[in-house]
Amino acid sequence: MSDFLITPDFPYCKGCGHHLVARNTVRALETLERDPYDVVLVTDIGCHGIVDRNFATHTIHGLHGRSVALGSGITMGLQEGKEVIVFIGDGGATIGLQHLLEAARLNLDLTVVVHNNMLYGMTGGQPSGLTPCGFRTVITTEGSPYPHHNLCQLVHDAGAPYARRLLGRGDFSSELQEAFDVDGFALVEVLELCPSHGLKMNPELRLREMAEGLGYETGVWRGQDRRVFRLEPEESCPSLLTPDRIGGTDVRFSTSLQGRLSLVLGGSAGEGAQRAAELFAKAAMASGLHATKKGSYPVTVGVGFSTAEVIVSRDPILYHGIPHCDVAVITSRDGLEHNRERIEAMNQGTVWLDKSLEIPETGADVRVHDFRGHAGPRNAAIYSLLTFVGESGMIPTQALLTTVKESSIGEYLPDTLLKEFEQS
Amino acid sequence: MEAEGQRSLALLDGSRLIAESCVRAGADAYVGYPITPASLVYSYASQRFPVILPAPDEITALQWMAGLASTGRLPVTATSFPGLALMVESINMAYMMELPMLIVLVQRLGPSTGTATAGAQDDLRFVHGLISGGYPVPTFCIGEIEDCWSLPPVALRTAVELRTPVVLLTSKEMVMTERSFELGKLGDIQRIEREYYEGAEPYRPYAADDAEAPRFLPVGDEGHQVRLTASTHDRLGILRHSTDEALANTRRLSAKVKAKTPALYDLEEKEGAKVLIVTYGITAGAAREAIQMLSEAGIAASLLVARTLVPIPDAYFTILERYPRVVFAEENLQGQFASMLFGERQREQVRIAGGIGHMVTPEQIAEEVSA
Repeated sequence: MSDFLITPDFPYCKGCGHHLVARNTVRALETLERDPYDVVLVTDIGCHGIVDRNFATHTIHGLHGRSVALGSGITMGLQEGKEVIVFIGDGGATIGLQHLLEAARLNLDLTVVVHNNMLYGMTGGQPSGLTPCGFRTVITTEGSPYPHHNLCQLVHDAGAPYARRLLGRGDFSSELQEAFDVDGFALVEVLELCPSHGLKMNPELRLREMAEGLGYETGVWRGQDRRVFRLEPEESCPSLLTPDRIGGTDVRFSTSLQGRLSLVLGGSAGEGAQRAAELFAKAAMASGLHATKKGSYPVTVGVGFSTAEVIVSRDPILYHGIPHCDVAVITSRDGLEHNRERIEAMNQGTVWLDKSLEIPETGADVRVHDFRGHAGPRNAAIYSLLTFVGESGMIPTQALLTTVKESSIGEYLPDTLLKEFEQS
Repeated sequence: MEAEGQRSLALLDGSRLIAESCVRAGADAYVGYPITPASLVYSYASQRFPVILPAPDEITALQWMAGLASTGRLPVTATSFPGLALMVESINMAYMMELPMLIVLVQRLGPSTGTATAGAQDDLRFVHGLISGGYPVPTFCIGEIEDCWSLPPVALRTAVELRTPVVLLTSKEMVMTERSFELGKLGDIQRIEREYYEGAEPYRPYAADDAEAPRFLPVGDEGHQVRLTASTHDRLGILRHSTDEALANTRRLSAKVKAKTPALYDLEEKEGAKVLIVTYGITAGAAREAIQMLSEAGIAASLLVARTLVPIPDAYFTILERYPRVVFAEENLQGQFASMLFGERQREQVRIAGGIGHMVTPEQIAEEVSA
């Protein structure tokens, strides 16, 4: 018995083409003189999939339709020189079509052997995406009205270096051998007739005639030589916590703020609200406070509102929600609309509002400034926070100015804007 | 951990700590598929993991992870409910094959695609029932920012030692909210060393005592055949219908998780307290503030912050029995953890501070305690 087998009694029906696929696979591996432990056989769900008990190679038996993706992960993780072979049926191939295309696109080093008997044999002979037009199944008793997927063409178009369709008859081990030898992705589609369902429903059909008559062209699809997917040698990536990656903060200022202050900054996407709020939080930290900052924006991050919520506090902040804000700084229409309810609910505190906007009904003090006109939309957010800090004295203006200057914003913010606050 | 550089105060989010912590613990491959609000973890992972693999969908992501895990890698992904839903069958496969991996589940408001940018605690019941047959997947939950550092290594170690997928539950508000944080608070992380089967006898991939995980050998091993099987199987990994040996193997999956998953929780009991606040995840902070508020008002309440959610540690039941009233604080509408501990039938002694669309507030929790 072959070194590749533990037992030669394949568990298939008499006359099933799966016997030939298994035998020819073994023959091809023997000819290639592979070591059984250098071979990983990944099987799908379906009659073909119960063969793993026969094999002396590594065997993995996964889910229906997913064996190509599973085999992809395996070949990614293995050292070069191992042979990953995926057995799959026509049903599995259509469920997992995306996995086939992806494996071909990435040119993963594996060989997929499709046992194409053109129906779901294990579950009673239902049609699959590879059932050809006119082929009768228990569900399409008059013959399937739809054409089959051309699997070889599909993987070829997705970038497979090698695809072959052949009739599952006699010795096709040299064809399998050629596929196993491909460096990169290879697919061999073996046409079969299921003796229990396919032949029963289509008794007049013979394999060759059927292939020719129903549009299953045999042959080879050779693609261009492409780079084979291999994981790059591992490089040590630097820690995410180095000072240059997180921009640490020293406590260099002080503030008389006691307790906690909740601030909402409402602006428009692309106008730097989130970044400005982050700098304000850092300035508060530099002033000896705890801070939290979070953003709220629609899933389309490039348009619409952009609201940032900042809490600064003398004590650690355990709960960082802002049901009621103390301060709202609003720089645009989007920002106002998104925060209108919470501004209207304010019965104390202060709203710093852009001049272009109507004053909402609120119990808060409202201070109007020409943020947009004066600083331009792009700088309105940081300018509004500088204004708020300058007027409220909540933290030293110098703390925010220093934080801004040390940030990337500091590089493009006009000096004239900053100077206004240096003088204050 | 020593502070890196002199400026040790940083404004950072939980995603950064999770990614860094995973790598330090020995996770060596990140398989990503973008989904709000988990994408930030993916982004940090791409800057830190030795291997980063962008998958074309979540089913592929989990299958790649299983393949990588079978070769001895320790893979991580992060997703949200819609992605997890696609992964379920493959997680079942990995559970049956006994492959270690970590799935960080960043919760957002459901049902369905819900609101991608709103936080929630909507998925505990789903995670609890992830495996057909009700078998437990070890599930840990991040309650405080420090947990973003300390829990990934626990989760990964559990995945390796129990040979199982593990879920690390968190929420948008934890992974995307930035906070001031002292880096000096971060402890050292010990790298997980993998131990492989070294016997001379032929390797039996699923040979293990009743509540143990079998020894691991990667697929592709030079000296032994390795078999992995998603279907019911015997100790050799051969598919079996329902033999005694195969069913014993299936029973073992549950037994090992129940016996060996670390029970992690924080219990702060107040003398004379008649009320216990039970919480987990993002609501833990609000619960702690509620305790402070109540204390200032002269009301004593105890607090249980659960970090191990599945399997439910027996200790929780012992603690619950000590209190005539229990307030569950969790950001969902159904009281999911409450129903896991008390069943669906509403009981007098159980109150729920919950809701959707916004974080549960300390005031809400305090009201339920006083009600």
